[in-house]
Amino acid sequence: MGHSNNMEILWYILTLSLFTTYVVLDGFDLGAGLVHLFVARNAGERRQVLAAIGPYWDGNEVWLIAGGGTLYFAFPKVFAASFSGFYLPLMLVLWCLTLRGIAIEFRNHIQHPAWTPAWDLAFGGSSVLLCILFGAAAGNIIRGVPLDKDGEFFLPLWTDFSARGELGVLDWYTILVALLALTALGMHGATWVALKVPQPFAGRVTLFARKLWPALVLLALTATIGTSVVRPTALEIFADRPITFLLPLGMLASILALRPAFGADGKRAFALTSAILVLMIATAAATIFPMLLPSTTAQQFSMTVANSITPAYGQTVGLMWWIPGMALVVGYFVFLYRRFAGPIDS
Amino acid sequence: MESALTLHRLQFAFTITYHYIFPQLTMGLALLIFYWKSRAWFLGDIQANQCARFWIKIFGLSFVMGVVTGIPMEFQFGTNWARFSKAAGGVIGQTLAMEGVLSFFLESTFLGLLVFGEKRVSPFLHWLSAGGVFAGSWLSGYFITCTDAWMQHPVGYVLGPNQEIVLSSLTALLFNPWAFWQYIHNMLGSVITGAVTVSSAGAFYLISGKHKLHAEEFLRTGIVFGLAASALVIFPSGDRQGQMVAKHQPAALAAMEGLFHTEFGAPIAVMGQPDVEKQKLDNPLVIPHALSLLTYKRWDAEVKGLDTFPRDQWPDNIALLFYSFHIMIGLGTIFLAVHALGAFALWRGFLFQSKLLLWTLMVLLPFPFIANTAGWMTAELGRQPWLIYGLMRTADGSSRNVSYGNTMFTLLGFLGLYGLLSILYLFLIQREVEHGPLE
Repeated sequence: MGHSNNMEILWYILTLSLFTTYVVLDGFDLGAGLVHLFVARNAGERRQVLAAIGPYWDGNEVWLIAGGGTLYFAFPKVFAASFSGFYLPLMLVLWCLTLRGIAIEFRNHIQHPAWTPAWDLAFGGSSVLLCILFGAAAGNIIRGVPLDKDGEFFLPLWTDFSARGELGVLDWYTILVALLALTALGMHGATWVALKVPQPFAGRVTLFARKLWPALVLLALTATIGTSVVRPTALEIFADRPITFLLPLGMLASILALRPAFGADGKRAFALTSAILVLMIATAAATIFPMLLPSTTAQQFSMTVANSITPAYGQTVGLMWWIPGMALVVGYFVFLYRRFAGPIDS
Repeated sequence: MESALTLHRLQFAFTITYHYIFPQLTMGLALLIFYWKSRAWFLGDIQANQCARFWIKIFGLSFVMGVVTGIPMEFQFGTNWARFSKAAGGVIGQTLAMEGVLSFFLESTFLGLLVFGEKRVSPFLHWLSAGGVFAGSWLSGYFITCTDAWMQHPVGYVLGPNQEIVLSSLTALLFNPWAFWQYIHNMLGSVITGAVTVSSAGAFYLISGKHKLHAEEFLRTGIVFGLAASALVIFPSGDRQGQMVAKHQPAALAAMEGLFHTEFGAPIAVMGQPDVEKQKLDNPLVIPHALSLLTYKRWDAEVKGLDTFPRDQWPDNIALLFYSFHIMIGLGTIFLAVHALGAFALWRGFLFQSKLLLWTLMVLLPFPFIANTAGWMTAELGRQPWLIYGLMRTADGSSRNVSYGNTMFTLLGFLGLYGLLSILYLFLIQREVEHGPLE
């Protein structure tokens, strides 16, 4: 029994790590959308932003597919419940991903004043909306969803914006988390783009990240307070395993360490924004652990690691291809990122 | 409930049909690009490299269309088919996750090098990238075929105490006999699409009097690959696929053939219109005994008609299934004939002067796409009324928590978005074709 319990936790960690890697990697190219929209001033700079993510964005997006697939077989009930319950926001995610992908690919085929600006807006706008939607999704999971006895729920996009009663995807709490995600991902994108583009544009991108920093601090603190309101048991869960306090503390330390890194050490700044995202997700996961999807209807309807894990054979056999497969993937990514390392040619 | 189900089915049918326009082209082109890059790398063939470079541009545009329309497919298993996913996720989630981990990463990594990297990497690495993209895309084809094959012919599972479906053998799932022939048949169909696209462009350039040398290379390559694939797609792969259907889905076979009543020495209807109410085929044009002969290799073999099966196990759209199957078979026969003629003309050296053949090859372009689509419609309509053959009915698999109104909203959204994508894609492809294979 101890063996299978470890295996469940392992799959939980593996699944979570795929989504986390997705947020860190696709996060910088989503954040680049904010830089593209708000910092780049002319056609040349906008082209540089896209060149900075050019060879990577497609591979980065595959982490979402791999994460979705792994969730699908490792926790099929959670996949089924969450994807159908978040039907509308996920469809918006799909449409944004579609629009964004073709914007990146199609934009540079034609240089024309009636072509490029439309794609710039599509790329920037869909990137911003995706950051908001992913943030709101995280907020929904922490707050909980109205799972019933059949393991089903459905949320409209919004109701009365209160985090109690008749729930919607957007309420004051999930909007708060969405803004936090938007700020963190925007900053993350900026620290990446600053590494890749030439001066003086890189300097302005760094300045943008620096200006976002107070907002990040403010939103991180407000969201923490908000979490303790919508999920009053959070503190007890952390107190049960005191080591988990390291996660929010680490996040805080990374945020503080980020301030002096701007402009001084671009690589450290990017490493720190990556760390902030990882620790943010880990903190969120720890807040509801061992639940993956808490129910607001009744505690026993919540989906936990133990009650939603795939049967034992699937867990064991899955590892046999998953581990060598992911080892290869790490190899591809090291290779790809090295191959295109350094500032872009401009 | 009933009507929401219809919309869930329509949305999946529309998005998967639209999506598969692109992978069938890119999987086919990946093989041809790899072939040209290999000639460039091993033989120093500069013209082959130019051909590869031109088709990599078309590939890049088509690939991104495949990616952006492919992500919704994985999502929709959960969003629109939640009860199916909850029941079967532990099984088909394996092959879907394998597709992501083992093939999409490979494909996307090398795609970056293939599209962005010719000036940045060595010729060897560029050749390797073409191989990586080819391997990745063909591997992803296998995993997705395995997923579908399990829904067509479930293997490697046991039923738990509450009738839940539990994976019991990954090797059985991966080496499902259904998947083997379906994969080969499907990939050959994809090669036909790639080959016809290439030779169609070649014919277009020759008719336009432009890019003569490249056009002739497109035609040579397209005809040779197209001939091999259009022969193999019929025999053995199509034949074996048909026998698989006869053995495991006899009701589907009867509906595909429009055979309402069991017959000894059953004929094949080349044309006709099924009348399901009266259980007969109107205006039939038949080849006597052919169905018995092809299916069981015996002149007078018994072929079961739909009347053998209870009505609730009949495919729910017999007419569409019948037409899909016949369109696929009809077009497949035409592909073989055109390619045989084209290969003969190539061998005798008059292909590039033959107006008739060039025009035929040029206008052939849309038909492989139609044939591949019709083939998949045959497979999926034939599986009805089952979502997992014999295990779960389609009506029991949809997300009952997603209402009619919400599904209509997203179906309309997909129709609009994909309509826009089509216009943009065709516009950009037209520009690349106009631009031609010379920089």
